[in-house]
Amino acid sequence: MHKLLLGASPGNAGVLTGEIESSPFPACSPAFLRRLGGKGGWVAKGIIMQRYLELATSFFETPIDLRGRLLVILAAVVLMPAFFTPLWNLSLYSNQFPDGLELNIYSYKLEGGKSQNRDDLKEINSLNHYIGMRPLIEDDFTEFKWIPFVIGGVILLALRAVVLGKMSKLVDLFVLFTYFGAFSLWSFYHKLYVYGHELDPTAAVKVPPFTPPMFGHETMANFEVYSFPGAGSYFMAAVPLILLGAMWFSRRAEQVKTYKTQG
Amino acid sequence: MKTTITILMGAALMTFFVIGCGGEPKGRGGARSDVQDAALKTYVAPGDLDEYYIFKSGGHSGQVYVYGIPSMRHLATIPVFTPYPATGYGFDKESKDMLGQFTWGDSHHPSLSETNGDYDGRWLFISDNANNRMARIDLRDFKTRQIFGPIPNVSGNHCSSFVTENTDYVLAGSRFSIPLPRGTYEKIEDYATKYKGVVAGIAVDPKSGTMSLGWEVLMPPFDYDLGDAGKGPSADWGFWTCYNSERATGKLEVTASQKDRDYVVAVNWKAAEKAIKEGKFKNLGGAKVIDPKDVEGVVYLLPAGKSPHGVDISPDGKYIIASGKLASITTVFSHEKMLTAIEKRDFTGNEDGIPVLNYDSVKEAEVNVGLGPLHTQFDDKGFAYTSLFVESAIAKWQLGTWEVVDKIPVSYNIGHLAAAEGDTKNPDGKYLIALNKLSHGRHLGVGPSQPESSQLIDISGEKMSLLYDAFTEPEPHYAQIVKADKLNPIEVYSKEENKHPKAIWDIKDSKIVRNGKNVEVSMIAVRSSFEPWKIEVNQGDKVSIYITNIEQTTDELHGFGLNEYNINIVVDPGETKTAEFVASKKGVYPFYCTNFCSALHQEMQGYLLVK
Repeated sequence: MHKLLLGASPGNAGVLTGEIESSPFPACSPAFLRRLGGKGGWVAKGIIMQRYLELATSFFETPIDLRGRLLVILAAVVLMPAFFTPLWNLSLYSNQFPDGLELNIYSYKLEGGKSQNRDDLKEINSLNHYIGMRPLIEDDFTEFKWIPFVIGGVILLALRAVVLGKMSKLVDLFVLFTYFGAFSLWSFYHKLYVYGHELDPTAAVKVPPFTPPMFGHETMANFEVYSFPGAGSYFMAAVPLILLGAMWFSRRAEQVKTYKTQG
Repeated sequence: MKTTITILMGAALMTFFVIGCGGEPKGRGGARSDVQDAALKTYVAPGDLDEYYIFKSGGHSGQVYVYGIPSMRHLATIPVFTPYPATGYGFDKESKDMLGQFTWGDSHHPSLSETNGDYDGRWLFISDNANNRMARIDLRDFKTRQIFGPIPNVSGNHCSSFVTENTDYVLAGSRFSIPLPRGTYEKIEDYATKYKGVVAGIAVDPKSGTMSLGWEVLMPPFDYDLGDAGKGPSADWGFWTCYNSERATGKLEVTASQKDRDYVVAVNWKAAEKAIKEGKFKNLGGAKVIDPKDVEGVVYLLPAGKSPHGVDISPDGKYIIASGKLASITTVFSHEKMLTAIEKRDFTGNEDGIPVLNYDSVKEAEVNVGLGPLHTQFDDKGFAYTSLFVESAIAKWQLGTWEVVDKIPVSYNIGHLAAAEGDTKNPDGKYLIALNKLSHGRHLGVGPSQPESSQLIDISGEKMSLLYDAFTEPEPHYAQIVKADKLNPIEVYSKEENKHPKAIWDIKDSKIVRNGKNVEVSMIAVRSSFEPWKIEVNQGDKVSIYITNIEQTTDELHGFGLNEYNINIVVDPGETKTAEFVASKKGVYPFYCTNFCSALHQEMQGYLLVK
């Protein structure tokens, strides 16, 4: 990633050995450095490090170009359906339920399949109570309180990056969002683990503690359980990719500009 | 494809079996079918659904039976006038209040609600011949939702419950004339003058289906037997047959069979409506009753063949078809000719002020159907089907040419018949069911108390063919057949629609509240427990238990059977019902879930402790 983003710009391949004199920072002039460290290798290393930081700094200072800004807006737009579509989907099939019991997890709510003749969430809870599993109720999911808030925050940060137009804002956004995504996944897994492990010891049917599948298919008692990310997760996953695209385009544009300026 | 092959193989095997047994199927004789053809046409594979519903009246069982066609499988019993512990009907306060003082009824003629002369799949009305009531079943949940009556002045509500073209009214009337209002005493010797019959229209609210008193017409003391509402050009009219125009008493089978003609009663219900609006009625027994002596233009009599039973209006509404059960002809009257005769005052007499129309002026045809014609239904190709009780057969005849084109024997002694949507403006054809009065042991022996026989007949071809015998508990009189896709019954009451003031949805809300000698219990039934499971009261307390089944899944019913207190309530998913009783007996009485619910159904129990 760094190679892609921080790599040398076209026609600037000799940047580390060549045009050091052109450094915008006088303190980094070779003469000054030489005076400081003599001929020692550590100085060279220091220079490289220094140069790297300079590059990074210049990268963070890179303006986001129009395409990049449009992409960031796109990322914010893509996040909106993530709010309204399920993040995860669990389906439970058995002889009694050939059409499957459905459970959809949204960023802000839990929703069972609902038809004229069945409320799947209620049914799943009714069945789970036999093995002593706590009922799945929205109040137990603190995630439902903060995830929508975070999504809203991310959208605002994205718009902020568009307005301020600096790569650093985009990097903030990317890092924050990736962390948020990873944390959500962990939190979801943890929830599954807790539900499957904190079983009421007085339950009518005793089963060894288990973790319901997070991804894929598993047979549990008389049920075939399928668990897959829902549309919302795909929207969420698209966001960092779009952000990377925005970074890449902006970087490219900057490099082309530099190249042109230098003739 | 696979299914077809399986059926063909099955049918082939059956044929082989039949041939192997010497070419004659085993059985008690009577009407036979082409086995292979019948098997293919009636086989509904596991998991497949029937094409039609048939609602059969349950007669003196007081219920309605629901079967599927063409499989002829019994699907459900809808309790109407009689308690039915299987669904807890008549045990909870709500249905107990509806049944009132009676524990039985004689459910006679079912009638599906109509819009523009076609079944609309909303309600089923059914008459009670015993206690003069009318019930409405909501086809959304197949539950009896209203029992209206006893209807004032109506005595023996047999000629009922036919609906008008847009379900404005359900027809009712008296089979047994009595002195009016009900409760009056008159000597039986004064029957001809002091006893009265009525025919009536029970008003139906077009939105809710709720029945209320409409109009009544005071009639001579005849026995009003069956009816039908007009359609199309005759939509403003209601028709009834009557026997005993002799006004006889005693041994009616003789005394009421002396005259060659009895009547079809024709009531212009629009005129009746108008008369009521104009105040041309008298209050009798709490009802607004029109006396034909005072109000002209409401009711007329058409002379019909001796002791007619059915009167049926052709799909186009032009013909009024009456079958005189002691004659061998079915009389077809023209509605248009009837109107002309009325206009020309072409009368041959009157009965208590009601004009009798000239038979020759109103008659369109006399159809030689056979012996003992009772009741007529129609198909989609212009044919009529008349049941012949005495002959044990059905005659198929053509409207217009008035020729009998086919006849099929039935087993045995057919009463009514029902064709697929066969009394609407647009009959489907295809199927006809013979509702036979006697089965004469055409089934495995079950002792002297015999089931009734219903035979499925294919009427799609030129010739009628017998497809299937089904047996029904006593005793279907009439039935209605409706295309299955016109109904979309629910299986769960959603939490949102439960408006019971005592409904609770969370175990935390379950409670026992004492108020003097009244104990109110808010109870939850859910797999697999009652909450509260322990109810402690004092002897003599009045106990009300409001049970909410909080399940929201199809077929998760819970029962509440209270031992030795004669209580069994069944609560459907999402429903709240009330068990109300006085804790008269001291001791400890278990209650338990009577309707199987889950793997731990057996554990779903509790105790009533009476101190």
